[in-house]
Amino acid sequence: MADVTFTVDGKKLTAAAGTLLIEACKSVGIEVPSFCYYPNLSLQGACRMCLVKVEKMPKLQTACTTVVSEGMVVVSDNEEVRQARKAMVEMLLGNHPLDCPVCDAGGECELQDMTFSYGAAESKFMEAKNHKDEQQWSPVVFFDRPRCILCYRCVRVCGEAMDVWALGVQNRGVNSIIAPNKEDHLECEECGMCIDICPVGALTSGAYRYKTRPWEMKHVGTICTHCGDGCKTTLGVRRSDTGLEIVRGDNRDKSGINGDFLCIKGRYAFDFANHEERLTEPLIRKNGTLTPSTWEEAFALIGKKFADVRDRDGGQAIGVIGSTRTTNEESYLLSKFARAVLKTNNIDHHRTADFPALAAALRAKPNATASMVDLFTAPAILLIGNDPTERHPLLAWQIRNNVRLHRARLYVINSQPIKLRRQSTGFFEIPSGAEGQVVEFLSGNDHAAGNLVPSGTGRDALFALRDKLRGEQNLVIIVDSEVRGAEIASLIKFGSAIPGAKFVCLADYANSRGAADMGLYPDLLPGYHSPTGHSQFHTDWGEVPQAAGLDLVAMIDRAKAGHLGAVYVVGSNPVGRLKIDPFAFSKAFVVVQDMFLTETAIMADVILPAANAYEKSGTFTNTCGDLQLLKKAGEVAGTKSDFEMIVRIADAMGFNVRKLVPFGGGTRADMGQSRGAQSGEADRHAVWLEARGLEPKLSPFDPMAILDEIQRLVPGYDVSHINLLAGNSQHTSLAGSGTGAAQRDQSIAPANDSLFSSGTLGRYSSTLKSVMESHQQKTTEAVAAD
Amino acid sequence: MKFSEEFEQRFAEMVPHYPTKRSALVPTLLYAQDEIGFLSDEVIAEIAVRLDLTELEVRNVISYYSMLTTQPRGKFNVQVCTNISCMVRGGEEILEHCSQNLGIGHKGTTPDGLFSLEEVECIGACSWAPAAQVNYDFHENLTPDKMDRVLEEYRKSGKQ
Repeated sequence: MADVTFTVDGKKLTAAAGTLLIEACKSVGIEVPSFCYYPNLSLQGACRMCLVKVEKMPKLQTACTTVVSEGMVVVSDNEEVRQARKAMVEMLLGNHPLDCPVCDAGGECELQDMTFSYGAAESKFMEAKNHKDEQQWSPVVFFDRPRCILCYRCVRVCGEAMDVWALGVQNRGVNSIIAPNKEDHLECEECGMCIDICPVGALTSGAYRYKTRPWEMKHVGTICTHCGDGCKTTLGVRRSDTGLEIVRGDNRDKSGINGDFLCIKGRYAFDFANHEERLTEPLIRKNGTLTPSTWEEAFALIGKKFADVRDRDGGQAIGVIGSTRTTNEESYLLSKFARAVLKTNNIDHHRTADFPALAAALRAKPNATASMVDLFTAPAILLIGNDPTERHPLLAWQIRNNVRLHRARLYVINSQPIKLRRQSTGFFEIPSGAEGQVVEFLSGNDHAAGNLVPSGTGRDALFALRDKLRGEQNLVIIVDSEVRGAEIASLIKFGSAIPGAKFVCLADYANSRGAADMGLYPDLLPGYHSPTGHSQFHTDWGEVPQAAGLDLVAMIDRAKAGHLGAVYVVGSNPVGRLKIDPFAFSKAFVVVQDMFLTETAIMADVILPAANAYEKSGTFTNTCGDLQLLKKAGEVAGTKSDFEMIVRIADAMGFNVRKLVPFGGGTRADMGQSRGAQSGEADRHAVWLEARGLEPKLSPFDPMAILDEIQRLVPGYDVSHINLLAGNSQHTSLAGSGTGAAQRDQSIAPANDSLFSSGTLGRYSSTLKSVMESHQQKTTEAVAAD
Repeated sequence: MKFSEEFEQRFAEMVPHYPTKRSALVPTLLYAQDEIGFLSDEVIAEIAVRLDLTELEVRNVISYYSMLTTQPRGKFNVQVCTNISCMVRGGEEILEHCSQNLGIGHKGTTPDGLFSLEEVECIGACSWAPAAQVNYDFHENLTPDKMDRVLEEYRKSGKQ
């Protein structure tokens, strides 16, 4: 649209026609206050805080609903405007209780800020306040009616942005109240967006209320450890008896790929970290019972046993199971440790998507993977299988709001009537498990249509859909893990005929993609390189076994036959999650690193208490391939990061850890002057060094040293270091990967987590548990009532 | 949930008149209330389905309008205006008188289910104030005596 020129506070401004005055002001740093206005939600015009003076208009105008026009002259702040805003605040305070000292929002309340800015603390209203007791709407949502200022943000975010429509407004005028959809409680996705968006303390979180004050916490923006989408979550931490306790999760830091969004897991399910069953000392099985021991004793024992087995039976007698929730640095290190120290390629993890096949198909196609941000801007999206609302909440949010705000065309092909069909321009229902057939059909195999629809109109619709898709441009194609192996190749073949098409393969855990990229495979090194032959890894890592190792299934067989001497399980629970025989490894020496005594850990000979992703730094790669930085938030005394434990085991085996972790390098910073005109020099110098990855890495436990090696050796990971450190997401590419593998992969097992479950972690989250129980209870009650 | 033939005809005729389905909500609610007497949970569920709305949205609208009710009312809903014109001509006394006559207050219903009483804002009968509305019928230039006669008429007709 054409630009218009107008004046605000004497400044000449230019903005695209159609821009809202409040946004135009914000873009040049003129703050116009508002409660009800929220970017990307429908306009409300309810709070009257954004009143400004527009020349030639008799009354003050709301900047949130006024569109800029040519020659408009605006005054954003004068005595008249200030008086009007003050009157609004005074009116709101007419019924708003002054309970700031006990209110959760105290210290980060927009009404408090406005009262400070415009000063209306003394009220002329004499009427008694209309009090109502607080209500609990769900295990995690509380509503304190008198505090509500009726901005309707919660109603709009729940309806428009979440497509849940669980909140409404009842009655009118001063009697208006926000009401939940089930009279006295909510039936919703429990995302907590209403709490986050509430400008005051009317909606509060069951997980956080009355626990602490915002200024008593340190706020750490890190990456969520639950599903594979990689939302940024801000963890509020506070000192406790055992280190640093995480007391709150929210979306205070809106700089992440998730923007305004956070689901129930990112917001509340940090509490597993504080669970009372958390392991805080190493356990060694002595005479059949797990006995607390010292770290020294544990590492010495593991080092000796691992070295014995390797030296006696060779590396092929050791199995390693990696994690989908450890950092890239830890997965890379484990991959390197297995090959270079244990001398084995017997390494695997819980696979939830066929990334090797994707890498194989895209290795010569740059810019062929979509980032999470692309899903919000793409003009057209094709979703085959999966229910993102349940399993990829951020992905669902991006698609939903892309359709709402940018009118993207969404095509959904699914065996279930998933919720996203409500946003779709075309929904096509297929038989269960036929996702692979869909791909075959799309790529040109007309016979596959017979497996999808019997005949007649359905068949015509299917062909019409394919023609429509072929006519799209910049289409993003998202596939569930049901699409694997050769089907991935077919998918890429179909997509390659569409200009600008990009792909996403959906995997289930927070760092499933990272585990794949870092080579937790028996037949693949990091970057999908084959261990056979020669690659950069063979040069850098020293001697690496050439023959492909055993996958998880083969390891179990080998162990049962008594040919596996030692098993090393890092942050994984194959017994609980993949239902493998708990006694499979009973003949081997088993070491497990975990937070809890899981079904797998309880069979181990040595258990090492591990820190979780919220308690360490490093990087995660989400399912789209966006690389993001983890920052250490919580801390529980008596645990160690997986990174440190791997290094210590290597050390205990007599391995030179400098060959494992390239620490000690980097440039020593000249600390510069600490006072005077050049006092900032040291800081500036440190930033310069960090931007180039040249800061000194002084410890063998510094994951940044491994990140350097990853960026140097793993194709696609050579992204901007300073952007990564600044907390931005950096999209990695699969172009240039190794040859990968394109066989149909039978060992992929979806996590099958719902919106309220999260594998082993979820079981130790009391908030997730309470939400699950309350939903189940309501379902049972409903059934009983029918 | 079954509505009368007449309701169905009106509904079918009305919906295509609006650009979006949801616009037909208020008249639909009024017709349903006239037929059933109040907007029961069942009625709300049915109308929500018909107009592609959530039940919550239907409830939001009902709670906004004072003429719509989710509670059963008496057979005759006596609505006494106490807005300015009626007030200066004795509307508040009429309301007080009705309250005594019927033995119920604002928004109350008599135990026999015959009468409900309501204090309402302007009903557009200022020229003949004070005025009251019983269901859809107007009664104007009221005095306490006249009001008694009006109520007596309804009482008789209701007991037949």
